[in-house]
Amino acid sequence: MASVQLERVSKRFGSTHVIDEVSLSIDHGEFVVFVGPSGCGKSTLLRLIAGLESISDGDLMIGGKRVNELSPQERGVGMVFQSYALYPHMSVYENMAFGLKLGKASSESVAERVNETARILQLEALLERKPKALSGGQRQRVAMGRAIAREPDILLFDEPLSNLDASLRVQMRNEIARLHGRLGSTMVYVTHDQVEAMTLADKIVVLNKGHIEQVGSPRTLYERPASKFVASFIGSPSMNFLEGTCRSTDARETRVELKALGEVVLPYGVDSNAVGSPITLGIRPEHLTPVQATGSDAFEVINVEYLGNESCVYVDSDAEAFLTCRVEADTPIARNDTVSLRIDTAQAHLFDEHGQALARAQDSAL
Amino acid sequence: MTLTHLKRAVLKLGFWLMVIALVVYATFPFYYAVVTSLKPSSEMFQVGYWVDSVDWSNYVAVLSQDSFVQSIINSVIVAFSVVAIALLLGLTAAYALGRVRFKGRTRVMMLVLGVSMFPQVAVLSGLFEVIRVLDLYNSPGGLILSYTIFTLPFTVWVLTTFMRQLPDELEEAAIMDGASPWVTLTKVFMPLLWPAMATTGLLAFIAAWNEFLFALTFTLTDSERTVPVAIALISGGSQYELPWGPIMAASVIVTVPLVILVLIFQRRIVSGLTAGAVKG
Repeated sequence: MASVQLERVSKRFGSTHVIDEVSLSIDHGEFVVFVGPSGCGKSTLLRLIAGLESISDGDLMIGGKRVNELSPQERGVGMVFQSYALYPHMSVYENMAFGLKLGKASSESVAERVNETARILQLEALLERKPKALSGGQRQRVAMGRAIAREPDILLFDEPLSNLDASLRVQMRNEIARLHGRLGSTMVYVTHDQVEAMTLADKIVVLNKGHIEQVGSPRTLYERPASKFVASFIGSPSMNFLEGTCRSTDARETRVELKALGEVVLPYGVDSNAVGSPITLGIRPEHLTPVQATGSDAFEVINVEYLGNESCVYVDSDAEAFLTCRVEADTPIARNDTVSLRIDTAQAHLFDEHGQALARAQDSAL
Repeated sequence: MTLTHLKRAVLKLGFWLMVIALVVYATFPFYYAVVTSLKPSSEMFQVGYWVDSVDWSNYVAVLSQDSFVQSIINSVIVAFSVVAIALLLGLTAAYALGRVRFKGRTRVMMLVLGVSMFPQVAVLSGLFEVIRVLDLYNSPGGLILSYTIFTLPFTVWVLTTFMRQLPDELEEAAIMDGASPWVTLTKVFMPLLWPAMATTGLLAFIAAWNEFLFALTFTLTDSERTVPVAIALISGGSQYELPWGPIMAASVIVTVPLVILVLIFQRRIVSGLTAGAVKG
């Protein structure tokens, strides 16, 4: 059983805390994705699990055993690198067999294991080729083959798809998902691409400046972000934020005075301490609808982007940066129109002045 | 139209004239040595640039001397040992200096470079003491030691530069595969460093093969001499005779292995082996 537990794990380079007391639990067979902006420490966290960096503080447990001082091989982890890092002088077969041979496996079992891996990844026809004679997607598959040939309990991926073009990326994404279903091993995957994170993950870990912002299923992260950071990071186009003040709240509704849109009533209650203090209301572009302007609260449309399946309407609001609305592709709205905005209040999120989400009083479990 | 044609023709002619001048400049001394070595001693002092009839008597004379054959064997032993030791130490040092992060790495590199800047003569007396203490005087061991001292800095520098160019992820991939540093060095890095190793090994070989000053100072008897010293000490029938024929023949004999080695390794010195290692 290859579960992974991080207990208050820290990593320091000199005086900079790259990872700051991160605690996380990954179950056996789970597909976990680390996301975050560049420099948030997601790759470092992966390398700590891999054993390529030493842990400054805290404990890393794999299968219930503390592994801080063990080598990557002893930990039973395999890793796929961003640049693939195939051995250029070895054939595909030798690349995949290298680790097995070092593990003192007999040559028959090496051949058997490599051939089995090649079959899973459809590399049988390429076994004699050198890496330079392979395409990007094939190299990617060989890199995965090398990592899984030794049958590690845990597979680590460090932005494996970022060197591929868009269509190949979608294809490889599906192959990785299929591979996970087939191998059933624990996988930890680092990416800055939220689409990869949303599509692949059982559980997403959002990292920011060396600490965990939120851990949860893709749906939880999208529908109940724990902080303004997560809310803005997950989802594209990203969430709109409107400054305002909380006027009142009870079990069923919350009144909010927004600078740009006036008073809005949300159909759920929040912590009563929030009353009177400044808050931020977050609303996803699909829940913000532009309608025909009615008198006073009119906004100018800066631009309309036609995307084929939908259109994005950008609206100039006086108080903040422009607001984004997601509408149907054949919207009648054009640039320089004036519109009013309607908020789907049930879908609005409230954040306190520190950027933390205000919990809903009676939240349906997701 | 014709003017541009003319200009192009003149430029082309100039280019080839320069090439010919360069080739003549570089190869004439060697060519003249070959021509001289193939003349009988009676024609030795008639200036001529062509070989009219090939005469092997000078080669026979040189190779029939046992001491000269012995000195070739000594040179081979010394040169190959120097190359082997320099590459082994150079590779391991380059791994440490190019791959491992530690304090004072740059200082070590500078020290290595600084050592290589001393002229041979400056360290001659000190080195002589070292060799006497180690009881290596008048033996190939003394020469191997002293040549290694002078070839190592260069070897270490070149190999370190190449080692740094190899992607970090390659080493990390090897670590993930459970490779020890030694296995990483020999199985992953060494095949990729072949061009660099061929270049540095060849230069170390040439340096050791042609070295004269140390070879003259640290050897005493004919049986321990290397080829450059042996050639310099070839003497004629009287002190007034310099046997140019045998000297030229001996020079050609010892130069040919170098030329062959360069031709063999020429292809190895072509880089681009790392193609396909990382994204593309």
